Amino acid sequence: MSKSTTIQEAVDRIPDGAVLMIGGFMGCGSPNSLIDELVRQDKKDLTVIANDTARPGVGIGKLISAKLVKKVIASHIGTNPETQAQMIAGSLEVDLVPQGTLAERVRAAGFGLGAVVTPTGVGTVVEDGKRTIDIGGRTFLVELPISADFALVNAKRADYRGNLSYAFTARNFNPLIAMAAAVVIAEAEDIVPVGSIEPDSVITPHVVVDYLVAKEKDNG
Amino acid sequence: MDDKTLIARRVALELKDGDLVNLGIGLPTMVAQYLPVGIDVSFQSENGIVGMQALPVGATPSADLTDAGGAPIGALPGAFAFDSAMSFGLIRGGHLDVTVLGGLQVDELGQLANWMVPGKMVPGMGGAMDLVSGAKRVIVAMTHTAKGQPKILKRCTLPLTSIRSVDLIVTEMAVIRTTPEGLVLCEVAPGVTVDQVLAATQAHLIVTDDVSVMSVAA
Repeated sequence: MSKSTTIQEAVDRIPDGAVLMIGGFMGCGSPNSLIDELVRQDKKDLTVIANDTARPGVGIGKLISAKLVKKVIASHIGTNPETQAQMIAGSLEVDLVPQGTLAERVRAAGFGLGAVVTPTGVGTVVEDGKRTIDIGGRTFLVELPISADFALVNAKRADYRGNLSYAFTARNFNPLIAMAAAVVIAEAEDIVPVGSIEPDSVITPHVVVDYLVAKEKDNG
Repeated sequence: MDDKTLIARRVALELKDGDLVNLGIGLPTMVAQYLPVGIDVSFQSENGIVGMQALPVGATPSADLTDAGGAPIGALPGAFAFDSAMSFGLIRGGHLDVTVLGGLQVDELGQLANWMVPGKMVPGMGGAMDLVSGAKRVIVAMTHTAKGQPKILKRCTLPLTSIRSVDLIVTEMAVIRTTPEGLVLCEVAPGVTVDQVLAATQAHLIVTDDVSVMSVAA
């Protein structure tokens, strides 16, 4: 079964109101062709789960600027004044999560765990409304998994079956979200024949990837 | 020497050969420039690399290799890249020797507030809560006061980053160590008196006869 599709067809499958996990860290390693197509198709009322909202006009920041997002779950929004302005205006709900906790909550969903327990956030505002558990004399927060309807993954290389490898810090949340969403759409800079990526170099296995699109060449 | 350079040079003396170190964005990043000769330290960027270096002069930046602020960096031979779960496994799992962060407030319990000012600035905590909760040693590198107001307080008034006490506070005026008994003034900057430090500090500082003049890395 070929997973190859066009950017337009892949984004056609995403309805208004969808919950999206999007890879990237300050725009590095974001699936920019898929993001541009979300804007072009004017998908509305999106929930975005990602490390950050980058900057205006960069990566996930484009979705914020186009006012397509109703809720963000992220660790940091400080570099995007538009995210903060929409939050203050009440048009955008923002749920701030410590970065390591966000990674583990996504991982927990993808790995079939019922929760993660972490020392991060104990005794701070992050603890509000959450259960704590004492283990071995230490207090931990019980943090629940986060899953999504779609994961928009950015890869350096993909083979035709959908095996993915990543480059340097463009990896970040991409392999985690690829495990945690009902439908996984991968955007790759290079799509190569099966076998070109050594088994030891495959970070995300094809079995979790549903659709594969080629990154537009002018869209790094 | 300006205040930030002085702070960075003093913090650099805290790093030991073989340490895995995470430097926050801004002032803490400057510490890497002043690493003493012969000290081999691995720098982590929490977006997914250990073995980062400043982008070499004249090098072409890679869109796939940035620091946690999104700025292009380089990678040293022996560097390794990883996802965000691994990155915070290193941080939270007791593998990170030192983290250097900026601060808005630190209090007599050594607790740090550095991620939000309610109603004014809500950038998010990023990795700061995990770093302060998880690193073996936490160093706060910050100016001693903000707009003339003390930042080292009896109790933090801003939301805490962690309830865990930081280990060391380095400012342009002083080096202060946290202890179970309270904050101990260890060093004063060249040309700064103990009384000047006390006047610029709201928290009670324990002052012994051992206060020395701050030394800095070259």
